[in-house]
Amino acid sequence: MSDNKIEIRNLYKAFGKKKVLDGVDLDVKNGESLVVIGGSGTGKSVLIKCIQGLLTPDAGSIKIDDEEVIGTSKNIHEKMGMLFQGAALFDSLSVWENVAFVLLENNRMPRKDARLEAIRVLRQVGLAPEVADLSPAELSGGMQKRVGLARAIMNKPEIIFFDEPTTGLDPIMADVINDLIIESAKGLGATTLTITHDMASARKIADRIAMLYKGKIIWVGSVKDMDKSDNPYLKQFISGSSQGPIQMEV
Amino acid sequence: MLRKTFETFVQALGRPLVSFIINLGYFTQFVAKSVYNCFIPPFYLKLFGKQFLDIGFYSLPVVGLTTLFAGMVIAIQTYSGISEYGAEGVVASVVLISVTRELAPVLSALMVAGRIGAAMAAEIGTMRVTEQIDALITLSANPFRYLIAPRIWAAIIVMPLLVLFGDVIGIFGGYLVGVYKLDFNPANYINNTADNLQAIDIIMGVVKAAVFGFVVAVMGCYHGYRSKGGAQGVGEATTNSVVTSSILILIFNYLITELFFAR
Ligand SMILES: Nc1ncnc2c1ncn2[C@@H]1O[C@H](COP(=O)(O)OP(=O)(O)O)[C@@H](O)[C@H]1O
Ligand SMILES: [Mg+2]
Repeated sequence: MSDNKIEIRNLYKAFGKKKVLDGVDLDVKNGESLVVIGGSGTGKSVLIKCIQGLLTPDAGSIKIDDEEVIGTSKNIHEKMGMLFQGAALFDSLSVWENVAFVLLENNRMPRKDARLEAIRVLRQVGLAPEVADLSPAELSGGMQKRVGLARAIMNKPEIIFFDEPTTGLDPIMADVINDLIIESAKGLGATTLTITHDMASARKIADRIAMLYKGKIIWVGSVKDMDKSDNPYLKQFISGSSQGPIQMEV
Repeated sequence: MLRKTFETFVQALGRPLVSFIINLGYFTQFVAKSVYNCFIPPFYLKLFGKQFLDIGFYSLPVVGLTTLFAGMVIAIQTYSGISEYGAEGVVASVVLISVTRELAPVLSALMVAGRIGAAMAAEIGTMRVTEQIDALITLSANPFRYLIAPRIWAAIIVMPLLVLFGDVIGIFGGYLVGVYKLDFNPANYINNTADNLQAIDIIMGVVKAAVFGFVVAVMGCYHGYRSKGGAQGVGEATTNSVVTSSILILIFNYLITELFFAR
């Protein structure tokens, strides 16, 4: 058994003529926190949707725990959790029903017990029990992210995906979410794959960083290596400059 | 130059055709998947119940109003189109037949398409563009079983009930006009209606209703499920679901009618 939790080889995905992933190779090691950075629209979300089977890649291989997952009939979702960019809470359900969704629908747990479980996990992400009976629409963006996180970790996943967890939050709330991500991943001993273009967040939560550009991973390394790297694309991205080899397609 | 024009012409013709065929492929696959998942557990009874109420109970007013006026207008039209001699019997039976065979099923279905098909498209479309459908999958729930099957079952089961209700109200509308406007004898009108009542007419209406229910739910879910591009995409999905299901209702109405008379 290799020490890679996720192993991606030669992954291709196009929409019509638009090549989004153009031969992605990437390893996520067991228990590490890998952050994929890259500009808006470079295919970061498409990448994690391919890993979770939400999109079917055109070619390539994705292995989780050394097992191919593309086209598998096994339920791969049981060991994964995902925090969506817009939280993606079910607006027809209350906050606690969102958090306890898996318990209610898959484990057939009695509602009373599921509600208590949900409140326990809500507390872990810093939300008071009073929030449990609200509807998601009544929450602020930061609170929705917390509920989304609670829902993602409810089933004690081995892998957690974070899609731009800090986008749209103020810097302080963003940092609170960063801390929660680190904490909950540690608590579960989970492997995490985060995609973001927020460098402050990337520095804080990453063990390693990978940069996606033009459908390929063009750089991988630790945060320390990143600051020493003279890769011009990477340098331009972390300095946030409009001058450099990366041309924005407007 | 000429070649260029020809190429543009062929492209202009070809692109919509190709996209139509691709969409037809997606649609067929979607319907097959939906129907298949209607029979695979888990069955979400609570969601079915909610849809049942939404489609059935809350559609009673619109279905009642449309069939009431339809029955009334048929009574007047029939009366004005025939000689007075024997009008009583003819009006009652024409109202009965047209309401049970055609008006109640078609009008109810069109109303439900506007009310429920649109709501399904908007709801599922919003879930699509806000990634709630992806979230369902990551939580090990199958969206076809969780979202679509309950809607299809509810629509198929509740539409015939709505149409039976529409039958009664429509016939009552004819009765109102007959008795209070055309001065027919109430007892005779009721007798004439009862004498002409045929099981096959009611059955035809009910069969149509079940098919229309399926059409409305599938079109609403399909357009919602495939919507993309934010609020605008959801709006388009809503409109498309109403237009396509209305057209399909009228086409299926013809086909089922012909099937019944081809016996
Ligand atoms: N379902 C889809 N259909 C068509 N195009 C898509 C779809 N999902 C993503 N794309 C396109 O793929 C590109 C990458 O999108 P995405 O992965 O969301 O970018 P980001 O890196 O900002 O997360 C975008 O240009 C987007 O328009
Ligand atoms: Mg994205």
